[in-house]
Amino acid sequence: MTEFLQQLINGLSLGSIYALIALGYTMVYGVLKFINFAHGDVYMVGAFAGYYLAPWVWKVIPQGKDATVFSWSSSAGAFAVLLLSMALCAALGILIEKLVYKPLRKRPRLTVLITAIGVSIFLENFGQYIFGADPKSFPEILPDRAIEGLGDLTVMVNQAVVLVVTLILLVVLRFIVMKTKMGTAMRALSYNPVAASLMGINNDVIISFTFGLGSALAAAAGILNAINYPSIDPLMGILPGIKAFVAAVLGGIGNLGGAVLGGIILGVLETLVVGYVSPMYRDAIAFAVLILILLFKPNGLLGRAEKEKV
Amino acid sequence: MHRPKTWLILFTLLCWAASRFQGAINPYYFDVIIMIGINIVLGVSLNLVNGYTGQFSLGHAGFMAVGAYVSASATLFCGAWFVVALVTGGLGAALAGFAVGVPSLRLKGDYLAIVTLGFGEIIRVLIQNTEAVGGSRGLSVPSRTGLFGTYLAAALTVYVVVLLVHSTYGRGFLTVRDDEIAAEAMGINTTKYKVIAFVVAAFFAGVAGGLYAHFKQFIHPEGFGFLRSVDIVVIVILGGMGNTPGVILAAILLTILPEGLRALAGWEALPGSVREIVQNRMILYSLLLIGLMLTRPQGLFSGGGKLTKWLKGRLAQ
Repeated sequence: MTEFLQQLINGLSLGSIYALIALGYTMVYGVLKFINFAHGDVYMVGAFAGYYLAPWVWKVIPQGKDATVFSWSSSAGAFAVLLLSMALCAALGILIEKLVYKPLRKRPRLTVLITAIGVSIFLENFGQYIFGADPKSFPEILPDRAIEGLGDLTVMVNQAVVLVVTLILLVVLRFIVMKTKMGTAMRALSYNPVAASLMGINNDVIISFTFGLGSALAAAAGILNAINYPSIDPLMGILPGIKAFVAAVLGGIGNLGGAVLGGIILGVLETLVVGYVSPMYRDAIAFAVLILILLFKPNGLLGRAEKEKV
Repeated sequence: MHRPKTWLILFTLLCWAASRFQGAINPYYFDVIIMIGINIVLGVSLNLVNGYTGQFSLGHAGFMAVGAYVSASATLFCGAWFVVALVTGGLGAALAGFAVGVPSLRLKGDYLAIVTLGFGEIIRVLIQNTEAVGGSRGLSVPSRTGLFGTYLAAALTVYVVVLLVHSTYGRGFLTVRDDEIAAEAMGINTTKYKVIAFVVAAFFAGVAGGLYAHFKQFIHPEGFGFLRSVDIVVIVILGGMGNTPGVILAAILLTILPEGLRALAGWEALPGSVREIVQNRMILYSLLLIGLMLTRPQGLFSGGGKLTKWLKGRLAQ
């Protein structure tokens, strides 16, 4: 039982990473109806942004004498690293959208898809050129230790941090999407782009905003994953990117709650398969889930069926 | 093409004559020449799915892997003739193509791309976990592939694809690409045509895998990953989707390009940073993909050029 709980906790913390990335896929799909293949690589850039920003941030906010002890300044530093790399990736997402996807907006979807694959390969390989192909060790921006008083369960502080930060980001995202003008415009755009623009919504601004928001969440996922698994490399975004896409489809693409649900389910499932079946199938499980869901419930768990119009 | 059979026989004889001299070719050039032939098989067969039928498969390397491993097993464990091994590899890949195609071809566009990618990865993981064929250590294969075999396979691929596209099946493929809903309304069984295109393409990918295995003499599951599929997709897109002569030209160009880049990277006169960028061909490939999609989505060799018009005229009649 303890082992099962342990796997569940590990799965939740992995699942929240997938959920954060999946939200980006699902939001972009909502407004543009296309899958941004390069999203997983924005997650990679987020982790690297944290890697390069952390020493710089520590110059402004000193980490304290003993970096292994929890302190306000060390958490403020970690928070600053998180926010800065989110901002950086938001800018990157908007830049990619403006430079590459915007000129293709009226073209066939296949053209856009191929371009997105191109952007993804470019980020991976240009990353290898800039950052070097060898894995780097992510700096310890938060002191990590096990939380005491849980009996046989080992829950690391950073695992808890991942869950709490994810939860906060989800609440903020929900607020933005449901309560702000931008969010309302986003929802209007995903419902009917032509009618939205007739109502005075500037579609270009909203699409850029959506890309920025999704990329910021991917960056947050990159940082949160790196504080638990500190080895980062330029190709680290490929698999989480694909798995998060599977999570988005599992929950019903275009549905924000679905993306989170899909991410959690996939994370837990993957951890259980690794723990109880075989670690060899870690990467195949996501694809098996994808194929099953597309065969039996192509609209996902929470998605609505869409009629095809001629 | 006037009298496609005559052309095929002429080309076969030419290949046979050329293969008499294959021992005299510099091994480095020989490697490039064989890889051109294999890439033509891969590109032309993928073009049947991605170009003529308008589906987007990102898992061609997976079928290549099936073909490579099945034909290598046929050679190693049954001592089959090379032709038999190649055909067995092709049939194995076609079977895998059928198993993948029937469920996934109901999907469209982006979903199909991801599902085929997923199947490609699953095939790779399965091979990695199959100890009988070496698992993740890879598999050593005897050398069998020569100039004649490779180019005969390339010629047969082009022959079959061109004839297929100009048959009633070809009309089916094109209607599926141009307007699936209209095709369905006309009573065309779109899934049937998609699966046929997919299975034929997988067969030739398997043959290419067999050629590759018996040429490189060592195969490894990592060698048939996602990036290998992207290589083939780049060939099809550069050549122009649904343009067989263009794809052949692109296969030749993209096989020579990395070698040329390697020479360029070794050129002392260039600044170090440029040499490093040139060394990573994937950076250039990705920029090529993005640039092509922004400016010439129909591919480099589709459209007005005199050469393509002439080639198209030859192949189309």
